[in-house]
Amino acid sequence: MSLLELDDVSVTYRIASGEVPAVRGVSLSLDAGAALGVAGESGSGKSTLAMALLRLLPKEARVGGRILLDGDDVLTMKWGRMRAVRWAEASIVFQGAQHGLNPVRKIGDQIAEPLLTHNLAKPDEARRRVTELLEQVGLPAWRARSYPHELSGGQRQRVMIAMALACSPRLIIADEPTTALDVMVQAQVLSLIKELVAEHGISLIMISHDLSVLADVCDQLAVMYAGRLVEHGPSREVFREARHPYSKALAAAFPTVGDPGSRMAPKGLGGDPPDPMQLPGGCSFHPRCPVAVDGCSTLDVQLWPAGPGRTAACVHARAEEEVS
Amino acid sequence: MTALPDAAEPAVQAAGPAEETPSSRGMLRYALSKAGGALFSIAMVVIGTFFVFRLLPGDPVRNLAQGRNMTPEQLDLERHRLGLDQSLINQFFDFVGDTLRLDLGTSYEYKRPVLDLIGERLGPTLLLAGTGLVIAVSLGLWQGIHAGWRHGSRFDRFSTGTSLVLWSVPTFWLGLLLMMVFGVGIGPIPGLLPFRGSESIDAPDGFAYVLDVAAHMVLPCLTLVAVVYAQYLLVMRSSLLEEVSQDYITVARAKGLRDDDVRRRHAVPNALLPTVTLVFMRIGFVVGGAVTVETIFTWPGLGQLFYEAVSVPDFTLMQGTFLLITVSVIVMNTLADVVYHMIDPRVRSA
Repeated sequence: MSLLELDDVSVTYRIASGEVPAVRGVSLSLDAGAALGVAGESGSGKSTLAMALLRLLPKEARVGGRILLDGDDVLTMKWGRMRAVRWAEASIVFQGAQHGLNPVRKIGDQIAEPLLTHNLAKPDEARRRVTELLEQVGLPAWRARSYPHELSGGQRQRVMIAMALACSPRLIIADEPTTALDVMVQAQVLSLIKELVAEHGISLIMISHDLSVLADVCDQLAVMYAGRLVEHGPSREVFREARHPYSKALAAAFPTVGDPGSRMAPKGLGGDPPDPMQLPGGCSFHPRCPVAVDGCSTLDVQLWPAGPGRTAACVHARAEEEVS
Repeated sequence: MTALPDAAEPAVQAAGPAEETPSSRGMLRYALSKAGGALFSIAMVVIGTFFVFRLLPGDPVRNLAQGRNMTPEQLDLERHRLGLDQSLINQFFDFVGDTLRLDLGTSYEYKRPVLDLIGERLGPTLLLAGTGLVIAVSLGLWQGIHAGWRHGSRFDRFSTGTSLVLWSVPTFWLGLLLMMVFGVGIGPIPGLLPFRGSESIDAPDGFAYVLDVAAHMVLPCLTLVAVVYAQYLLVMRSSLLEEVSQDYITVARAKGLRDDDVRRRHAVPNALLPTVTLVFMRIGFVVGGAVTVETIFTWPGLGQLFYEAVSVPDFTLMQGTFLLITVSVIVMNTLADVVYHMIDPRVRSA
């Protein structure tokens, strides 16, 4: 059985001027020990989806569908059970380089907090565990007494990772864990995540706009556009030959290191993501799509099979599949 | 957050860079430099005070002589007695010397040392304004925390609205209104609370005396609190709103903390920081008393003394109370800086 299963999950924000559909009917599943990458531009709904997994969205958000974590539906859980699941079963790595850490608390106390909250350790045990966790992420033990502002961005991100590991969860959700870090540090943090997740057999959901980063770390890749899944499949294949034109554009937006060709011909995507309150009819991507055909503005696109273990929400992908 | 037991680990400690273990020496140096700055400000205030009060229009001796028949010789004699016949430079050095010896001169009106007058009035003022401050700060911060945490809720709209209305009300008007309703009484309803002075003429002894003073304090204190607590509420509310939108609050929620614990352990301690400066500044003004409230309720405090000094006008008395208020504001501001430095690690290392 899969560890996490999303079944037709939708998130709608109710604001003064109406309803904003942020996530629309996403179904995904994640096996224990597997790593799934979720890609998309800002506003594609990828972070909203991640926050929905632990019901961390603001009150204005209405979540539909089913989110099964280990067979339990997160959305219908009582609050007490929900709090017990949070961090102990699934934890989150935020962009620690920014504001993910409380600025006036020592980082040792912040790492120990979930252990003490969930009664997983007594204070002195928690202290030892903090030292252990800091070591795992390559930070010296005395850093436990530092404040976040005394650390560099990369070090803060390491603290975030140590914190996420504190309760030995089964799932870690990493929301843009390397954004706002410089390239070298980014690579270090990524390999650290990869290593620790593999070592502890933790499942990973990693969210990023950078397809190449996700392809490097994850087994499976899901691409989101305007709140919908537009492509899903094994990560290397999706990255190398995307079936959906949006995934193609996303993959081309970052030059492949070591491939001069990709640097010579950078291919950006024109236009902006659609306003979620005024989504275009048919395929939401058609106004920006370089290969759109007449039917795209009316056709109800769905995730059609697009090769072994792959799906894509594009008429071209379906056509190719039917031909072969 | 639960602090972890800090076992001594000298070897590991030594591995950390020296500037990242906040030393008490750094703290002391910071406090001393702030104190130096404060002393300089106080010196400037003393000098400024002298000249400002000499620039005020009117001849103090003529003011004193008002209504009395005095010959020019008598006026000159009086001038000589007050030292006003000396050159400005000599007067200035006399003033500075006296001030350094804590001699604030003799009141023209009361014919008594200004310091004694201030000493007598300080107690009642600290009692009234101090109590008012404690209540206003607690009420304002508490409401601000809850209004900010559930912003847009009915509690938020009600408490913020009420405090703003009260803030906009003129102090004297609210004071008189409360005095009429609760002090004098309306129609068949008798006045319930005393509203003149700080104690009854035939004040009893012991515990009954305490109750008597407390009863006298209710109305002036209520007026004082009502018109000022809004600023604590608003600062706390906006400061909390800013913190609540930060990622680390979401992290705290994701860790499985109860909503109350997220608020108490993470949001409030951070949001309280900006209010520290505000509260200390207000403590500085406590010795100034509340001129309006003390005057309305004839509370025998410094505010009333200052009011009397201005209406006479009694220059030495004005000078003395003015100095006292400015010095206390400067001292409290300095303390605020030092305390802020102690409680916010970010400022500490800057």
